[in-house]
Order: sequence, then C-alpha cells, then structure tokens
Amino acid sequence: MRMTKRTDMTTKKAVFIRTSAIILALLVSAIFILLLGHNPLDVYVSMIDGAFGSAYRIKDTLTISIPLIVTSIGILIAFKMKFWNIGAEGQILMGAFVASFIALNFIELPKLLLLPLMFVGGFIGGGLWALIPAVLKVRFDTNETIITLMMNYIAIKWITFLQYGPWRDPKSMGFPKIANFTDNAILPKVFGIHAGWIIAIAIIIVVTIFMNRSKRGYEITVVGESVDTARYAGMNVKKIIITSLFVSGGICGIVGMMEASAVNQTLTSQLSAGYGYTAIITTWLSGLKSIVVLPVSILFAAMIKGGSFIQTAYQIPQSAAKVLQSMILFFVIGSEFFVQYKIVFTNQINKLVKEVKQ
Amino acid sequence: MNQNVFVKMEEISKIFGTVKANDHINFEVNKGEIHALLGENGAGKSTLMNMLSGIYKPDSGSIYIHGHEVKINSPKDSIQKGIGMIHQHYKLVEVQTAKENVIMGQSGKFFMKDKELSEQIKKIANQFGLAVDPNKKIYDMSIGEKQAVEILKVLYQGADILIMDEPTAVLTPQETKKLFKIIKNMAKEGCAIIIITHKLHEVMEVSDRVTVLRKGTTVGTLNTKETSPKELTDLMVGKAVDLSIERPNVQRGPAVLKIKELNATDIDQVKVLNGLTFNLYAGEILGVAGVAGSGQKELCESIAGLYPIDSGEILYEEENLVGKSPRDIIKKGISMSFIPEDRLGMGLVASMDMVDNFLLKEHHNQKGFFIKRKPIMKKCEEMIERLEIKTPGIHHPVKQLSGGNIQKVLIGREIETNPHVLITAYAVRGLDIGASHTIYDLINEQKQKEVAILFIGEDLDVLLELCDRIMVLCDGEITGIVSSSDVTKEQLGLMMAGEKGPVEVDIV
Repeated sequence: MRMTKRTDMTTKKAVFIRTSAIILALLVSAIFILLLGHNPLDVYVSMIDGAFGSAYRIKDTLTISIPLIVTSIGILIAFKMKFWNIGAEGQILMGAFVASFIALNFIELPKLLLLPLMFVGGFIGGGLWALIPAVLKVRFDTNETIITLMMNYIAIKWITFLQYGPWRDPKSMGFPKIANFTDNAILPKVFGIHAGWIIAIAIIIVVTIFMNRSKRGYEITVVGESVDTARYAGMNVKKIIITSLFVSGGICGIVGMMEASAVNQTLTSQLSAGYGYTAIITTWLSGLKSIVVLPVSILFAAMIKGGSFIQTAYQIPQSAAKVLQSMILFFVIGSEFFVQYKIVFTNQINKLVKEVKQ
Repeated sequence: MNQNVFVKMEEISKIFGTVKANDHINFEVNKGEIHALLGENGAGKSTLMNMLSGIYKPDSGSIYIHGHEVKINSPKDSIQKGIGMIHQHYKLVEVQTAKENVIMGQSGKFFMKDKELSEQIKKIANQFGLAVDPNKKIYDMSIGEKQAVEILKVLYQGADILIMDEPTAVLTPQETKKLFKIIKNMAKEGCAIIIITHKLHEVMEVSDRVTVLRKGTTVGTLNTKETSPKELTDLMVGKAVDLSIERPNVQRGPAVLKIKELNATDIDQVKVLNGLTFNLYAGEILGVAGVAGSGQKELCESIAGLYPIDSGEILYEEENLVGKSPRDIIKKGISMSFIPEDRLGMGLVASMDMVDNFLLKEHHNQKGFFIKRKPIMKKCEEMIERLEIKTPGIHHPVKQLSGGNIQKVLIGREIETNPHVLITAYAVRGLDIGASHTIYDLINEQKQKEVAILFIGEDLDVLLELCDRIMVLCDGEITGIVSSSDVTKEQLGLMMAGEKGPVEVDIV
C-alpha cells in the first residue's frame, strides 16, 4: 500500500470527497452526542429546525451570516496573497471603534449622511489596523500571523478600556457600557433583515470582479503564487501587499460598523463575537473563491444558530455545536489530502505492472 | 551466482501514479567496472538508482547485491550492503572538518582516538588517490575537494558499490580529469562504479560499459569501446539525430549593452560581481562559461534590474540602467528580455494558464482598471502554432506541460516583444536533446534578427558551437573573453578555475 499523487482529479470528484468529509464529521460528532446521552438524529434535526424552522429563525441565521460573509471576503484578499491575516477580529473592532466615534459625536447629522460617514470610517479604521502588520512585513519581514493575532488582543483591550473609562455612558449607573447609538446611526431594515445583507452581496460582487478582472486582482494572485515572478514582471510587490491589506482590513472594518450599528447599536468589546476567527474557517473552506463564501458562511451561521438552539432545547452546552464545527473543519481539511493523493494497494500495483508489460 | 557481479537488477518496475518511471529494467554491474548509466531527463536513471540507495522500493523485480537477493528498505540498509551514493548536491556540514563529516552517522566507540581516525582516513585517501586534508573545514574547500570528501565518506563506510549522480556537473574540465583518475583507481581497487550522466564524451572517456535507458526501459548495454557518441545518442533519443548546432553568420552590429566596472555583493557582504566590464553587440551570441555560482545569476539579474548593484554602469544604448527597477526598465520602453534560470519560480506562474502568464509582461501596457484577456488569447493561439507548443489548450496550467514546452512558452512570450537584448540563463537545463535543439534554433533566429544575446550555459561543447564569443567567469570576475573559434575546452577550463586568459573586449 502506498500513496501517489493524483493526476485525474475532476471538480466532481473533489466535491464528492469534500461532501463525504462533512458527512463523516457528522457521523463522528454523532458518537459524541450519543455519549452525552441524546439521540444524534434528533439533535441534528432540531439544529436545522433551530436555524431554519421559522421566518424569525431564518432571519436570525441570515443576520449571523452577514458578518461571516463580509469578513471572509476581507480575509480572502489577504489569503490570496499568502498573507495570513489572522487579525480580522481586531480589524472588526477597530472599524467599529471609528464608526462608533462618528456615531457618538455627530448625532445631529441626518441618517443619509451619518451612515455613509460611519461606513467610510469603519473601512478606514479596519484598514489602518491591518496596515500596521503589512508595513512591518514589507519593511522588516516580520511574521504576519503572529503580529495580526497579537494585535487582536490590543484592539479588544482598547475597546474594553474605552468601555470602562473615557467612553462609559454616564447614564448607565456605573455599568461599564458605552452609550447607545441614536436612531439616525442605526442601519435600517430591508425585508426584515438589517441592510447589511445588501452591503454583503455588493461586496461579494465587487470583490469577485476585482479579483478576476482587474489588474490589481491579477497582481495579487501573482504575488501569492510567487514573489520572485512578481518582481521579475516588474510589479511593485511592497505596494501591492500594503494596498491590498488596507482593503482586506477595511472590509473587515465594515463588519465592525455593521455590527455596532445594526446588531449591538453601541460599541462593546464582545461585538466581534468570534466572527474574525470563524471567518478564517469559512474562507478556507470556500477554497478562496469569493462566490463560494456565500453558501459556506450561511452553513456556518446555521450551525451557530442551531447550536444555541439545542442548548436550550436539550440542555447541552453550546460548545457541543462548536465541537461539530471543528469536526467539520478537521475532516474537510483532512480530505484535501485525498483530493491530492490516492492510496494504491499492493495488488493494484501488481496489476498495473502487468498492464505495463503487455 | 557469480561473485563478480556486484549489482544485478532484474525486471525492475516502478510506477508513479500513471507514469511508468521504470518498466522492467535489467541492469548489471561487475566488480572493477565503471558503468555509465545514460539517458535523457526523465528516462528513469535517478529512479533506478534511488531504488539501490533505499529511497524508493521497486514495485516489482528483484535486486541482487554481491550475488544475494536483497530488499533495500532504507538508505541505512543500502549503506550496510556496501552501496554508497554521491549526490549531485553534496550533503556535507559546512562548519565541520572533513574528518567530522566522514565519521558522521557512523556507529563507533563513544570516545574515539582522534589520531587513529586521522590515520585511518589518510590511509583510505592514499589508497584511492584522494587529496583530502582531514582537518580542513568544508567551507574552506573547493568544489573538487568537497567531492573528494563525499567519496571518502562512502568509502569509509565500507562501500564497494559507488553511485555517482552527474558528478561532473559542477566541475571544471581539469577537476573532471582528476575525478576520472580517482574513479579509475577505485575500479582498480575492486569497486563497482555507476556514473549517471547525459554527457556523451564522458561516457566515452571513462566507462567500460554503458547502459542506455529511454522512457523507463532498457535500450541496451554496450561495451564502450565498441560504440560511438552518435550511436549512443540515437539509442538515447530513439531516432537518428543531428548533433551539430548551427552558428549562422551574422554581421555584428553596434554595442547595444555596455557593462562597465560592475560590482555587487550578496547579503553576507561577499563580493559576487567583481569589476565586470564587457560589451554585448547586436547580432551576436555572447556565451558565459563558469562553474555554477560564479556570478552568472547575479549578472543576469542585475541587468534585469532585480539585483542591487554596488557600483558600476549598465548602459543600454547609452542610458544607465543601474538603480532602475524592472518596472522602470519596462516603462522606459527598453526592449530587453530575460529568460531566468528558474522557469516556473520566476519566469512563469506555475499554476496559471498560458494567457495569464502572457499577462505578466503585457498587463502593464493595458490601459484602464480592467484586464483584457481576449487579444492575448489570440496571441497565445498563434504562438502555439508557430513554436509548435504541445498543450491541451491555452487555458491549461503551464506547470503540467513538459519542460521543453514550458521553456517554449517562456521564450515565446519574451521574443513576442521584439527585444533588442535577450538574456538567457541555462536555457536548455533539464530539456532533452530534441527540445534543446529547438531552443538553439529559436535563439539563432533571434540572432539573425540582430538581437544581442547573452547566453549563460553549462555545457562547454554547446557554448563552443553556438556562441560567437565566450566570456568566462570565476568567483564573480571575468577571467577571459575569447572568440569561440580559437579557444579549446581545456583553455576555457583553466579560465573557469581562475587562471587569467585573454580579455579582448572587442574581438570580432
């Protein structure tokens, strides 16, 4: 028995392998649920029920999927360049910070002016935060994975500081909380879901066109494949990395603005809710293809929503749903091995050798 | 079984995926014999030898060592059975001495008597005529000396079957001579030696017998005395081939590129280019000879704007290019093309298709925010036809093409821009004879269009046949510029080793 590289992989087969991985993950998680003393099938069914069982639940699920989609798209741009941006969490918070600053200080502005201003502010906040690891990378060749990760903690603590200190709402009676936004700083609802979904779809379309059709999108792909080739072709690699990271972080910053405005209606250090990390998973599972981000993010949103539903329905901890998520990731990433290699058994080898002889 | 048959490989097959790397190969080496294993790239030479050295296991067939059937499961196994492999890239620890490298990985006593060891090593060295100072550090050694240490290492391990993978690739002709002497000594002492090579004249010079492989099968084993380079080539390629390379006569034009006192250093502040001065004329091919790592790569890259220069001038039609980025050079409309050594890592994007690879150079010239692929697709179709590139289509990833076709795509893209200067680094490395000749033809075609060509090569025979002039580099310095019609390989070899030859910048 041995492993050989595949040369005959078709899209159909690859999809089949990845789907089997998800099914396998569900099976293994079933054992886990069984050990907790529940019927796995029931739990799965009620997870689906919890995520899509009513109009209200569907709205909730989609609301969760919006930040996942947008963050994934932001991360995708950096990942295409093989710049491992783990810092979406911090970029979301810093985007939210700038957007909130505008929301809290320009209360008199009309909605039509204030919201776009917050949008731009969110983009700039997240973008500038991502710019720091990008500049450090091109100037000093630092490891972006560690820097972006560490900067998440700085961002969280910064918002916590604001919450407990200078920005604390005097009306909150000592509770560490920042004042709620006024009505004109809150994203309106369109078909029952906050307008972020329109932004998300617009961002998917723009980024898909940008990556596939624009010069800069092409350059980003070349840099990701080989920096030497990019230099050889006369591309300014440093400039490409820096501007792309600004856009990557900026898109994550928009998530911060949307979450602060539409979901929390204020700024809190919990606002990113782990989307920055979950989006790494969804980006990777989507194979760095911006269109695929959409279904994958909705699936993960359903798992988050369904997970919190089974928590109340079965009295099992939400972490059980997290186990399921991790299981899926583990199996899908593991299945990549089978997309690239196949296992050949000894008798098959012998057959091959015989065929060769004839 | 005959005890004199040291290695016998019977009906060996090895399959990678769907590729039959070795297809029922038979191979035999006797005691005291120098056996050349000849074949083009991809013929299965390395695969076969890796099964002797324990890196691969055969899918079928049997191996006999010293008359006993064996299973070689690991490199360690292989060493224990007396097989020593000397790889193309030496596996030595630079900061240690020859002695330390030789005893590394050996099971010996915990405390070793230093003196005893030195004596032992010297004894083996003398027996085989290897000039090795046991206490010299590897980083102080020349390439020839390093190779001697490698050989000493396997002999110390008790090997009497030596496999040498392209042992002369990095040696000057003089060092090669020395090596051959050592090899002949070893054969006399009763070792069996296998040399993997694709250089015919070396086969003729040193070997007793030669086995030719083609596309994973044994074509035959011949006595070297009874064959000729011509016959071997025909066997290797599978059809009659014309070995000669054309050198069309072209009236030399003005100097297009003038290099003056070019100096450059690497990250460790070691000088890699040392006062290079030469001219490159329109309608000529200037060959660059030199042992690998003599500054060829740095020279090419500094002309293309990819390597930082300390001082000196690169004048292209009287305009200094030093300090300009590749982008600046492209923007200025300087039509210079560079075919780098690393085709898939620098010249092309391996995972992209032909169209996107053409865009590498073209996208700067397109106006607007968006990329236009349509006009390029047409160009690619035309190129496939003109250069006879074998590919399933323009949207096929280039890395899946064969080496020759990858090089055609790269050269095709570069000559598309009608350059005035063409720089090629190891343009035929890894290509088979047929593909190599296609590339020579393409380069000659450019010469006839009065392009000034800088050709970095490794095979002196090719340089002598193809180029008008040859410049020799040694340690980043020019040791000679000569007309290729009045220089011999030996003279080139001396210059490659550092001896100053004539530097006639303007010889016709």
